[in-house]
Amino acid sequence: MSRQQTRARVAAEQPVVTYREAVREGIRDAMRRDDRVFLMGEDVGRYGGGFGVSMGLLEEFGEERIRDTPLSEGGFVGAGIGAALGGMRPIVEIMTVNFSLLALDQILNSAATLLHMSGGQFNVPLVIRMATGGGRQLAAQHSRSLEGFYAHIPGLRVLAPATVADARGMLWTALEDPDPVVIFEHGSLYNMSGGLPADSWAVGIDRAMVSRPGEHVTLVTHGGSLRLCLEAAEALAAEGILAEVIDLRSLRPLDDATVFESVARTHRALVVDEAWRTCGLSAEVAARIGEECFYDLDAPVGRVAAVEVPVPYPRHLEQAALPSAERIAAAARRLLSGSEAARA
Amino acid sequence: MPEFTMPSLGADMTEGTLLEWHMHPGDVVHRGDIVAVVDTEKSAIDIEVFEDGRVERLLVEEGTKVPVGTPIAMLGPVTAGAGSQPKAAPARRASPGPRVSASPLARRRAQELGVDLEVVRDNGSPGVVTVADVERAAHPEPAAARPKEPQRESRPEPPSAPTADRAASMRAAIGALMARSKREIPHYYLESVIDLHGVLAWLADLNAGRALADRILPAAVLLKGAALAAREVPGMNGFYRDGAFEQQEHVHLGVAVSLRGGGLIAPALHDADRLPLADLMAGMKDLVTRARTGRLRASEMSDPTITVTSLGEQGAELVHGVIYPPQVALVGFGRIVERPWAVDGMLAVRPTVTVTLAADHRVSDGHQGGLLLAAIEDRLKRPEEL
Repeated sequence: MSRQQTRARVAAEQPVVTYREAVREGIRDAMRRDDRVFLMGEDVGRYGGGFGVSMGLLEEFGEERIRDTPLSEGGFVGAGIGAALGGMRPIVEIMTVNFSLLALDQILNSAATLLHMSGGQFNVPLVIRMATGGGRQLAAQHSRSLEGFYAHIPGLRVLAPATVADARGMLWTALEDPDPVVIFEHGSLYNMSGGLPADSWAVGIDRAMVSRPGEHVTLVTHGGSLRLCLEAAEALAAEGILAEVIDLRSLRPLDDATVFESVARTHRALVVDEAWRTCGLSAEVAARIGEECFYDLDAPVGRVAAVEVPVPYPRHLEQAALPSAERIAAAARRLLSGSEAARA
Repeated sequence: MPEFTMPSLGADMTEGTLLEWHMHPGDVVHRGDIVAVVDTEKSAIDIEVFEDGRVERLLVEEGTKVPVGTPIAMLGPVTAGAGSQPKAAPARRASPGPRVSASPLARRRAQELGVDLEVVRDNGSPGVVTVADVERAAHPEPAAARPKEPQRESRPEPPSAPTADRAASMRAAIGALMARSKREIPHYYLESVIDLHGVLAWLADLNAGRALADRILPAAVLLKGAALAAREVPGMNGFYRDGAFEQQEHVHLGVAVSLRGGGLIAPALHDADRLPLADLMAGMKDLVTRARTGRLRASEMSDPTITVTSLGEQGAELVHGVIYPPQVALVGFGRIVERPWAVDGMLAVRPTVTVTLAADHRVSDGHQGGLLLAAIEDRLKRPEEL
């Protein structure tokens, strides 16, 4: 059997894995490839991680490399920065973005800034992973979407894997980066499954991706909202509205060229973000589209974002506060109203 | 509102024929974009624009000959929308109705198609006018093709002067410029013979590892040596204008290229002193090809700071050049020839080149000129630094 035939067969029967398993496989692979890599965080060892990502890794790699830490984000993120400065390649897991605020001083004032403050002498090759987002009835203090806080900071690279392929492949590329990288894993994605070729490997982290091509409106999104946008695009397609869906993948730096190229074709843009609208990532993306695509726009840039309240606990209120496929589709229809596509 | 004028593509140009427009009203152009092709007596030249802007009007039709400095197009700021169009303004004021709500794209398209947005609104688009409304108004038939393409296709072939005419007018232009040079510039001439043994051996070594197409010719080495020397010695690299010398910081080396149909053109190899040899070689090849196919850019025509003429393998052994105004110096390299040469009290046979300098006495004296030739020789003795 030729190699090509083998490839085709493997592709056809590619294993289905969960996002959680894909992240774990990424960590395992990195640990095997580079003995400077280690994982550190709350409950990552004996408990297997707050979201079960590191299940089994302690047994495989031992206590030296899978390290349980005290409940002290400022402390262990600082230790991770120190280890990175000392030549290691730490992966620090912060259970959720809500708790990362305790480590924000370390991340902003140390990790993101040391290269600058040392006149280029000290870089910090640290990777921080954390879960983000709501939608699972965990109440306000466990449901925040603060990616925009981090995407605001020069000196950081901020990634948001929204697919199993990116969950599997972004980590190694992030570890290769000489500077700090923050990876946001949306909590609702861990149980999502998808096909992943057995030989999957590192992926690029510089470019946004067109997840679904279309021609009437561009939906720009990332992370947990990608699935909602694809669902909305499916519903819109049934009405003859072809939505293009862009997964930003990298939140800092933003690959806005891919967005501009799309908007230049569709002439309408809807930015979808689970975070609050005011001063959020959606504001940044919308502003850039306004700056660069003004003369290509046939409708104002639209946004679907969280209602500006702490995320409520009751299910019906939480659903009402966060973006949904229905809200996204409705907003897209509004952008198209007054044009042929909507009249047809 | 800035005017875009017929550029001067060299001191000998007094007028130019606008052959082709590469920009159209409504287009946004950026500094460095090639926006037109202009025919001079010498060749067709691609014209770059030097500032960003939105094209408001073209003032000169293709095929028209106008003097240098004549406004040929009007550019507006990039940010100006259709609302700022001067031709639309009086009509708007006459009917002080509410401003039409139209998308930016619809406004842009309306401007391109000459569609009145108020008419579109009044004819049944009471909400926001979109691009679809504008296109429907412009083309009542469905799915009309965009008009730009057919317009372009139907344009007649760009008028190009018959070859004989061009040769004659080029000869006249060269004659006029050289006569002016000899009339105005008090030339002085120096010459010096340089032993090229070391540099040619070094070059042979360098070329041994290269594919045939990537080899570097001795001419490129001589150009680089001249460029570096021009940077070093003051009073050689620059322009004499309005009774004063303006030393130039960048060395844009005018490379004299003889054209196949006769005639001569000396476009600039920009920043030749900073180009690595391989890039200089590639730049030189590119320049010669484009000079002979008539696709030079305006900046290459107008900004050489010093010219080098290199006679090559078939040329004479020695050339006394005529300075190209407003430049103040011209370096000439003759054919590389083997000569008997005294080395350490013995006679050897060495490849040599005779380098000459024609320089402007209003700016420099023989002493400085001598320094330039010495600097060229010195540079060629240290080929590894070229």
